[in-house]
Amino acid sequence: MSRVEHATRSSRIGVALIGVALIVLALAPFWGDRQMLRLLAEVFTFVALASLWNLLAGYAGLVSVGQQAFVGLGGYLLFALVILAGVHPIVAILIAGPIGALVAVPVAALIFRLRGAYFAIGTWVVAEVFRLLASQISVLGGGSGISLPAAMVVAMAPSRQAREFEIYWLALALTAAVLGTIVALLRSRHGLALTAIRDNELAAQSNGIDVTRIKLIVYVLTGFGTAMIGALIFLMKLRISPDTAFSVNDWTAFVIFITVIGGIGRIEGPIVGTIVFFIMRQTLADLGSLYLLIMGAVAIVVMLWAPKGLWGLIAERFGWQALPLQRRLVLAPKTEEPGERS
Amino acid sequence: MAPILALENISKRFGAVVVADGIGLALAEGEALGIIGPNGAGKTTLFGIATGTVAPDAGRVIFAGQDITRLPPERCCRLGLARSFQVPQPFSGMTVFENVVVAAAFATGASEASVYEPCADLLDRCGLMAKANQRAGGLTLLDRKRLELARALATKPRVLLLDEVAGGLTEHECAVLVRLIKDVRAGGVSIIWIEHVVHALLAAVDRLLVLHGGKFIADGDPRTVIRSPQVAEIYMGIAADA
Ligand SMILES: Nc1ncnc2c1ncn2[C@@H]1O[C@H](COP(=O)(O)OP(=O)(O)O)[C@@H](O)[C@H]1O
Ligand SMILES: [Mg+2]
Repeated sequence: MSRVEHATRSSRIGVALIGVALIVLALAPFWGDRQMLRLLAEVFTFVALASLWNLLAGYAGLVSVGQQAFVGLGGYLLFALVILAGVHPIVAILIAGPIGALVAVPVAALIFRLRGAYFAIGTWVVAEVFRLLASQISVLGGGSGISLPAAMVVAMAPSRQAREFEIYWLALALTAAVLGTIVALLRSRHGLALTAIRDNELAAQSNGIDVTRIKLIVYVLTGFGTAMIGALIFLMKLRISPDTAFSVNDWTAFVIFITVIGGIGRIEGPIVGTIVFFIMRQTLADLGSLYLLIMGAVAIVVMLWAPKGLWGLIAERFGWQALPLQRRLVLAPKTEEPGERS
Repeated sequence: MAPILALENISKRFGAVVVADGIGLALAEGEALGIIGPNGAGKTTLFGIATGTVAPDAGRVIFAGQDITRLPPERCCRLGLARSFQVPQPFSGMTVFENVVVAAAFATGASEASVYEPCADLLDRCGLMAKANQRAGGLTLLDRKRLELARALATKPRVLLLDEVAGGLTEHECAVLVRLIKDVRAGGVSIIWIEHVVHALLAAVDRLLVLHGGKFIADGDPRTVIRSPQVAEIYMGIAADA
């Protein structure tokens, strides 16, 4: 009898480290100042966005440059629900998820007809249409945008500090939920199919996998997560406009940068990439536009020298996986009929 | 008896290149059939047409009485039509074992856990057990070909289409492969085998077809076909090997 194991020594260490990190981060309000909490919450949102994009592009092969459509949609849903319907912001974030998924269905019906570069362009066009539509909504400030009314922000929590803690924990919890869902997905039967698709679509199809169906599931799921994170981002910003909500720079270019330097098609990649991205941003921000130039140079160097990203480099050299995703065949000591075995 | 797989009047061209010009082919249940033909004759394309990855310009593909001409590859696979790729197409980031598990689970709809045991056996049969936990992308070409075969078998096919799996094998490895293919056939699987290694082919098939100029120009007993003058003429290099 043979056995199959998911965990390896590196993944046991990885899971333990992630557990410790989660606890330390959950306690951040007690060891970090306001500045730190804001920065960490922003880091979390980028980890979540990049992980979602990685699932979409890195695994399902759907190279979208239009995920800002869902970030903006989530942001606008938050403002609409809070301002127009008086919904509590946290509830609004939770509602943004399913609506994001719902909107993803007709969008997919449209853009799934396109292949390769045309698909990418299609996603971007959809995002631009969303931006134009948002600028037509005059009750939400039209083209110039709108702020969350102070009264509604204040009503969120008894004190300013309590509100900041609340938003921080919300960001941590949502990001952990996004990552947890992705891990669960990848460990499931769908994840097996998705990993096969990542590696070779032709072979995946030829071995019985309904590739289009899996891609659709991933696209809709990503719409769900991205809209929720979008709503969270604009709850943190307290102000929204069509240009910030549907910014291809912030919600797609940076996200792709993060995923590519971290390691596309690996669950650990976006986390590593986000850390690198923020370290660079914090240390180079004073350099102005030179900072974007340096980022571009780093991206090119990584793509040339480590096309599988920093984590890909490490994982292949040492055979590491930080999360127990692999199925390893463990051979039991030989109890088969003796003789046959050369 | 109706054939398990039939190509009826298949035509296909890529631009000006005609690769199939009204081709017909019938594979009887339990039969093992070999196809030879010069490079670029269109052999691989025929497998693509049979399994739904290439759309023919005209003609029909019938599998077990069902018209599957327009069926997507995954449906063909689930019906029991498996193929190995001439240029191996491994899931390179997954382990060898995972590669086979994917095929077994999705082709049959079986639960993942229920296929672990048969997949381990299969790796053993195909000589890949020692590499079960290695990344498929790191395999040598030879092992990639073994994996192609293992993965195709994992789908529990009724018809197995093999595309040049014997190239580069040593005499001994080739004999092992032929034995494995005969075993598979004895298990009730019908086989079409495209192969340049003619002696391996002759050891395993009951009928041999020669594809040339978009048509089968010979069809019959393998030894008779391989010695026929037309084959010698268009196909000299390989006929001389045999
Ligand atoms: N997708 C394709 N697009 C254009 N030409 C192709 C395509 N696939 C195969 N061909 C051409 O069709 C011919 C037959 O190819 P193939 O079926 O691979 O032959 P064989 O397997 O007999 O060597 C070749 O000339 C090849 O270049
Ligand atoms: Mg070929």
